[in-house]
Amino acid sequence: MGRYLIRRTLFLILVLFIISALTFVIFLKLPAGDPARRAAGRRATESTIRQVRINLGLDKPWYVQYGRFAKGLIPWPGFFLNEQVYFSYFNNVPVKEQLYSRIPYTAVLALGGAATWLLLGIPIGIVSAIRRRSFVDRAGMVFALFGVSAPVFWLGFLFLFFFWFKFNQWFGWGFPPSGIPTEESLGTAVLKGRFLLPWLVLSFTFAAFYARMVRGNLIETMGEDYIRTARAKGLSERRVIFKHGLRAALTPVVTMFGMDMGYLLGGAIITETVFRIHGLGDYAIRSLFTNDFPAVMGVTIFASFFIVVANLLVDVAYAFLDPRVRYQ
Amino acid sequence: MAEPLLEVRDLKVHFPTEDGLVKAVDGVSLSLGQGETLGVVGESGSGKSVTFLSVMGLITKKQARIEGEIIFKGQNLLDLPPEEMRNIRGSGMSMVFQDPMTSLHPYYRVGDQVVEAIRAHQPIPKKEAFAQAVSMLKRVGIPRPEERARQFPHEFSGGMRQRAMIAMALSLNPDLLIADEPTTALDVTVQAQILDLIDRLREEFNASVVIITHDLGVVAEHCDNIMVMYAGRVAEFGDRGDIYHGAHHPYTWGLLQSITRVDQPKTERLRPIKGLPPSLIFVPPGCPFHPRCPYRFAPCDVEIPPLLSPDGKHASACHLPLEDKERIFQEEVEIRA
Repeated sequence: MGRYLIRRTLFLILVLFIISALTFVIFLKLPAGDPARRAAGRRATESTIRQVRINLGLDKPWYVQYGRFAKGLIPWPGFFLNEQVYFSYFNNVPVKEQLYSRIPYTAVLALGGAATWLLLGIPIGIVSAIRRRSFVDRAGMVFALFGVSAPVFWLGFLFLFFFWFKFNQWFGWGFPPSGIPTEESLGTAVLKGRFLLPWLVLSFTFAAFYARMVRGNLIETMGEDYIRTARAKGLSERRVIFKHGLRAALTPVVTMFGMDMGYLLGGAIITETVFRIHGLGDYAIRSLFTNDFPAVMGVTIFASFFIVVANLLVDVAYAFLDPRVRYQ
Repeated sequence: MAEPLLEVRDLKVHFPTEDGLVKAVDGVSLSLGQGETLGVVGESGSGKSVTFLSVMGLITKKQARIEGEIIFKGQNLLDLPPEEMRNIRGSGMSMVFQDPMTSLHPYYRVGDQVVEAIRAHQPIPKKEAFAQAVSMLKRVGIPRPEERARQFPHEFSGGMRQRAMIAMALSLNPDLLIADEPTTALDVTVQAQILDLIDRLREEFNASVVIITHDLGVVAEHCDNIMVMYAGRVAEFGDRGDIYHGAHHPYTWGLLQSITRVDQPKTERLRPIKGLPPSLIFVPPGCPFHPRCPYRFAPCDVEIPPLLSPDGKHASACHLPLEDKERIFQEEVEIRA
């Protein structure tokens, strides 16, 4: 296991290196427009642009430029996202500051969303599988079909319209809108329920998907020979389902969940945009639109890091969940 | 005769499907005494497994229409509430399945799976149950049982897994052990070991045993009585001698002729039974075997032959007169089988 982890960690570093190199090439070497010209502003003279280019270090050879960015990705105090290199080309705010202030928002959104979709998806899947072809099953699967086909941006606006705007009109109360005022701390925002709608919207698609997956897996597992054995032993049906069936049916769900979490921690772009949450996804999309390279690099590396680490954790978790899997 | 341990009377198990009603078991009766071994023989789809899955209560009234009576120790199991049936399963009767590779849960340690079976019926501490499980594993001939109990099924060979399954099945000292093709998935050498083991344990535990198989050769030396099933019905029932030395049903003859003999010089090719087992939705009228039967005559495709027993124990469901059956067996079957 130790060797395996070392190998995987080296692999992780390689992946991040490749991603950083690709990001560098795409955004600094093949950009739509000269980054220095963009950074200098609309009415800049040629000499200003030249000056900006020198200031941003864009006049240096490509390997020096890449080297500066790469050095900033070394996780070591003083190196990591250092402010001489990693600052916004537009407002000079250090990328580190932005990332660190935004990660908690994305984390709260992702974790709350995950809790919501697990609480919705898994029970719906289980009940659907056990009471197959019943009304509950049909209703659950209609929900699942709706959930997987409803686009998040549409769902977000729909939820805002009804739960916030219309509920306020009809009943005098509605879910709090989720755009978080700058002076409000994250904790207060959570307590005030500002995340309720984003959590619901974010979790909807996932819940639907998980419900289908759990249902499918459980139905398949319940047909296995070892389930018949469990029944033949005289175990109660509850124990057969929960200890023997679910154990095997949920293992693939763990894989899925790890990857989804890794992906979401990099920012839920649409949900964050619709609900005006200042998370990583929001930052990513803003930086992309403005071609703000250091910010793009920073956020890309963070997002990839979460995904790669999540993958690693999933694989390690698998060794604990399935005794047949052993890593050398 | 003492009251039999298990008596099945006119059992019918019909599965409604989109294509029609599958009559998997269509009027099976049998009786099994304490300490006896019954071999149940038939092709795939003859209803042999379904009969005993119903006895175990593993086919429920939700899945199928079940009629008839299954009387186990004086109780009709079909009338029992599910909870009481669950109590009997595993402790009063238990079952070993065909494929030991898939019949054990891959995520739990073998010992723990036996412990679970014990504790489902006896409220004893885990440690005690584990000790019992280890001693059971030892009794079924698993070497280093203490260590093996802590291993996972994938660390066991096929034969060892089947032994573990048997240990699990016998851990509550049931009166009836049903072995559903217990050796089909195993190597030939291991097959013999497992059957000998079942024999030995039947004596030790004084249990009755049902061995379900599609191979008459397998049950030859291990069973007191043999029941041959075809298309959900009993074709023939008799003791070992009746079947091997005087079978009365053309289907049994066919089975006898298709046994591979390795203890005699190979003189001619095996004679397979011609044709395929019938659809259980559209069972042929009359005797279900008549389309494949070389001896069919006038009533066969019209009238269902009743299961009749001239001497009160050897019974067969065939329209042929007894003299013909005996003659054909002697002239055509015995010399080959």
